Amino acid sequence: MAIVETTDVKKIYKQGNLEVEALKGVSLSIDQGGFAALAGPSGSGKTTMLNLIGGLDLATSGTVVVDGQDFSKMSQSDLAEMRLRKIGFVFQAYNLIPVLSAIENVEFVMLLQGVPVAERRDRARAVLDDVGLDGKYDRRPAELSGGQQQRVAVARAVVSNPAIILADEPTANLDSKTGQGLLEMMKEMNEKKRVTFIFSTHDEMVMDYARRLIHIRDGQVADDVVKPD
Amino acid sequence: MYFQLGWRNIWRNPRRTAVITIAVVIGVWAMIFLGAMMQGLVSQMIDNGIATLTGDLQIHHKDYRSDPVVENSITKPGEVEAALKKHLPPGARWAGRVRVTAIASNARHSTGVTLVGIDPEKEAGVSFIDHAVTNGRLFDPKVRNGIVVGQALLDKFETRIGHKLVLMSQDTTKQIASRAFRIVGVYRAELEATEKQYVFVPLDLARTMLQLGPGLSEFSIALPEHQGERELAGALSAELPRDIYRVETWEELLPILRAYLKVFDGFIYIWYLVVFIAMGFGIVNTTLMAVFERMREFGLLKALGMRPVWIIREVLTESFFVLLLGMLLGNIGAFLCVWALSATGIDLSFMSQGAEFAGMSRIIYPRITVREVMVANLVVFFLGLLVSLYPAAKAARFTPIEAMAQT
Repeated sequence: MAIVETTDVKKIYKQGNLEVEALKGVSLSIDQGGFAALAGPSGSGKTTMLNLIGGLDLATSGTVVVDGQDFSKMSQSDLAEMRLRKIGFVFQAYNLIPVLSAIENVEFVMLLQGVPVAERRDRARAVLDDVGLDGKYDRRPAELSGGQQQRVAVARAVVSNPAIILADEPTANLDSKTGQGLLEMMKEMNEKKRVTFIFSTHDEMVMDYARRLIHIRDGQVADDVVKPD
Repeated sequence: MYFQLGWRNIWRNPRRTAVITIAVVIGVWAMIFLGAMMQGLVSQMIDNGIATLTGDLQIHHKDYRSDPVVENSITKPGEVEAALKKHLPPGARWAGRVRVTAIASNARHSTGVTLVGIDPEKEAGVSFIDHAVTNGRLFDPKVRNGIVVGQALLDKFETRIGHKLVLMSQDTTKQIASRAFRIVGVYRAELEATEKQYVFVPLDLARTMLQLGPGLSEFSIALPEHQGERELAGALSAELPRDIYRVETWEELLPILRAYLKVFDGFIYIWYLVVFIAMGFGIVNTTLMAVFERMREFGLLKALGMRPVWIIREVLTESFFVLLLGMLLGNIGAFLCVWALSATGIDLSFMSQGAEFAGMSRIIYPRITVREVMVANLVVFFLGLLVSLYPAAKAARFTPIEAMAQT
């Protein structure tokens, strides 16, 4: 069953008098439990595609449907609610809240969702254990390494049981060993918990891990490869 | 966790938080302390006005105020006393007086004065005179024609206790009434003008001199805590015949003082506004800086699904803590300053002539009222949150993509 479905999606940005067509009609379908990467050079439109799937931006034309919800028919408030409940994000720059500890960063999403305090704490601890950060709950981001911060970011993305997790260049700021460890962890989550991951990347290592590789070039799908199991 | 987040966020940049806090501290301190000084000034003006024979309210013959001659006296004081007995609240005191203009003279000088015939026992708790005598005494029983004068008048006349002073006025038969008195006491008042104006003699002596019989020029009433004068004036006006008597509160008796007080009230609120505008700019400017520095973070929060109204709440929570901290320190500072000056006051002797003209004392003691403290704090708190809405709204308007594109 497709968890993400885009149909002839176009995105045009206006820069002064100039119009830039970032996406020129992209149609995709990604199944639940997928582990897919949108790959391409800088300016290819992969990050734009990821933003549209994540509801951070709206398509100029075409439809984006995530977990059965058509974004073009939703208000900003509905999109925020969608991001809160159904979509997890992992960013290149980790983007943790610097004044909150690891466990508080993970709890924060559940706080926004209205999860009771005791349940928040338990779930946050469990997911931090899953990402290999047991015992480091109370450390602030400044006290964690890059890899550990990215694991906290993954934990934060996963803890609310989203339909999909979107990761924009998650290994860009990590060394190869740490990046590999992160990808192994995400892969394990994908396989055990059937969490759908969609990456935007130009990192070969990420592309190797992806079971499906969608090449985007000049705003269009150039290639779509499903790797054999 | 919102409060935790807000509290921790304000300490991300301690210097900036200190800057805003200092602005709030100065604002609150200025409002409360200078408000207390103005309140002290105003209270002393009222106290001086009321204590200098006016009282909280007075009863006169209906024509006395427009023409304060002895013919316009209260001829049946018993009628007024009965009304007072009926309507005065517990703790209130009253005194009946004879009060006429007169000429005081001795061998060297003469001047216009106000001759006041009083019963010293009645005056206690009603006017300043019963505790103002600093030399001699308030009427010597051995001296039948004793007179008590102000220090400034004594100096002006170059005379002293024991010497004579002649008073001349007009009696009820329209004849000149003249009598020699012996100075038995000297009083000091807040204002030199008071000391030069009023001379006090025994009530029965004044009545005899002016052939007034049992009559009185006025009744002066002092109320506990200076409260309820309007209600009492209404009750007495209804009780006493309006074609004979007139009951007036101190505000009606001292219209200039009332005008000064209105001006001071206006000053206080203008002062609050000026202080707040200055402080408000500081809060807005510094909070905006903090918001723009954290654009990426606000973009992240929106990406995570935080609604704009929650982001506004987050920024306002941070302002809330800064305001609270500033208010606490500002209040402490203001109270300490008021406490420090409560014993010595601020000496305004260098401008005593100007101050006296306005009825102000030479030394001003600050006076804090609960109302003024609450108004200052509420103004700072609510307007502080109000001006923080602008940077909060700015934070809420960042789109995740624009915000996270910032490096």
